[in-house]
Amino acid sequence: MHNVKSIFRREFSSYFATPLALVFIVFFLVLAAAFAFQFGNFYERGQADLAPFFSFHPWLYLFLIPAISMRLWAEERKSGSIELLMTLPVTTWQAVIGKFLAAWAFAGVALALTFPMWITVNYLGDPDNGAILAAYIGSWLMAGGFLAIGACLSAATRNQVIAFIFTVVICFGFLFSGFPIVLDMVSGWAPRVLVDALASLSFYTHFQAISKGVIDLRDLLYFGTVIGVWLAANSIVLDMKKAD
Amino acid sequence: MIEIRNLTKRYGALTAVNDISFTVTPGQVLGFLGPNGAGKSTTMKMITGFLAPSSGSVTVCGHDVESDPLAAKACMGYLPEGAPSYGEMTVRSFLEFIADIRGLSGERRRARLDDVIARLQLESVLEQMIETLSKGFKRRVGLAQALLHDPQVLILDEPTDGLDPNQKHQVRTLINDMSKDKIIVISTHILEEVDAVCNRAIIIAGGRLLADATPKELAARAPTGRLDDVFRQITTGQKAA
Ligand SMILES: Nc1ncnc2c1ncn2[C@@H]1O[C@H](COP(=O)(O)OP(=O)(O)OP(=O)(O)O)[C@@H](O)[C@H]1O
Ligand SMILES: [Mg+2]
Repeated sequence: MHNVKSIFRREFSSYFATPLALVFIVFFLVLAAAFAFQFGNFYERGQADLAPFFSFHPWLYLFLIPAISMRLWAEERKSGSIELLMTLPVTTWQAVIGKFLAAWAFAGVALALTFPMWITVNYLGDPDNGAILAAYIGSWLMAGGFLAIGACLSAATRNQVIAFIFTVVICFGFLFSGFPIVLDMVSGWAPRVLVDALASLSFYTHFQAISKGVIDLRDLLYFGTVIGVWLAANSIVLDMKKAD
Repeated sequence: MIEIRNLTKRYGALTAVNDISFTVTPGQVLGFLGPNGAGKSTTMKMITGFLAPSSGSVTVCGHDVESDPLAAKACMGYLPEGAPSYGEMTVRSFLEFIADIRGLSGERRRARLDDVIARLQLESVLEQMIETLSKGFKRRVGLAQALLHDPQVLILDEPTDGLDPNQKHQVRTLINDMSKDKIIVISTHILEEVDAVCNRAIIIAGGRLLADATPKELAARAPTGRLDDVFRQITTGQKAA
């Protein structure tokens, strides 16, 4: 626990050591707001909620989260600092968790900085703040899922660009499998259970469920499992090919 | 104590380290010599638990590196080849991080930090980002990191590479000062360094252990009495055979 905390602290502050973090946050905020206003008809809908804002989060994350996660391990590999880290008295698992939590907290900061949107809807009308909070939590959980995938793939290579591309592709799979268009296509020939299984594997399905304002244990369990499984894979990948 | 038994590392068809065994006891400063690609760094990576051996075992301070890695790592300080560290950190915050991980706290923490900062003369660069340091300073930061918890065992991969003559001298003095009750393994290409700090030298080439003796004994094997000549004789003789 102590080691996880030390690694978390180091990693988290390293985000703010370069302008990259600031660029990322600004980029995220601008895009999140632009999508909500431009394509989500934030004003024109005449409804005081943040649904148009949250509905674009999966797409934002698809490209922005891999940009955070790609450096997690690929950079350690490239600079050789992985050799330092892994010969300190820490377990692989502690390092994996510490780094993941730092990235997740960073994503949380970016997400939290969208609070002016929340204030705006409260100013404009009388939204269901409980539902908005739930959507925020759902969005952050989804970010965690994306990040865990990205962390694992980042550990598999020393090339950040490759880590980025693979993460986008796999995350896209995890998103898209829950899209109505895909499910419709599959339901033409596949048995019902398969369609349901496909849908229940998708970030999209679970994020949609939570962002309606209901935090169901199953959705929490889903994101927890996805994160756990990918981080376990992350630490296996590291143990297998630390030195390559 | 370091005990290395039949240590072997294979990379596909290449055997980088081939069935090496030796034991190092406290008070020994072991110079690890060999031509480029001999397997020195690979051996050190296995001693420090970064690489898993293909076969054989390493025990450090009584802890098997593979089955009890944390205990083994806790009693070692390691300077990896090229002295990697976190470039975006300042020297101070980097050392603080290492102190955290090493579990140093309170008075001892402050004393240890002050000690390594003074010994490696890092005061002037404490607030500088590591990636903007010169090569020699980076190496000194790497050494400071390895010494921070005052470990029983020090594994230093080319510790004086890139240092200026004054710093080389400084680091050799430092190693001499610490050598009394510690185990120190250094790899180096500078043979005069072996004379200056080591009381034992191992020569490996092609992953095999070719010589294990005191520097004096080794030097005596050449008609000229020079370590360079012995080194060349042993390591190139291997290739001809
Ligand atoms: N990850 C790897 N994959 C394949 N071969 C490797 C790998 N790492 C090292 N080798 C090979 O293992 C051999 C030993 O390398 P090592 O780095 O241990 O040599 P060294 O004695 O430290 O040399 P130097 O004096 O140049 O530092 C070399 O032939 C090297 O090419
Ligand atoms: Mg080497």
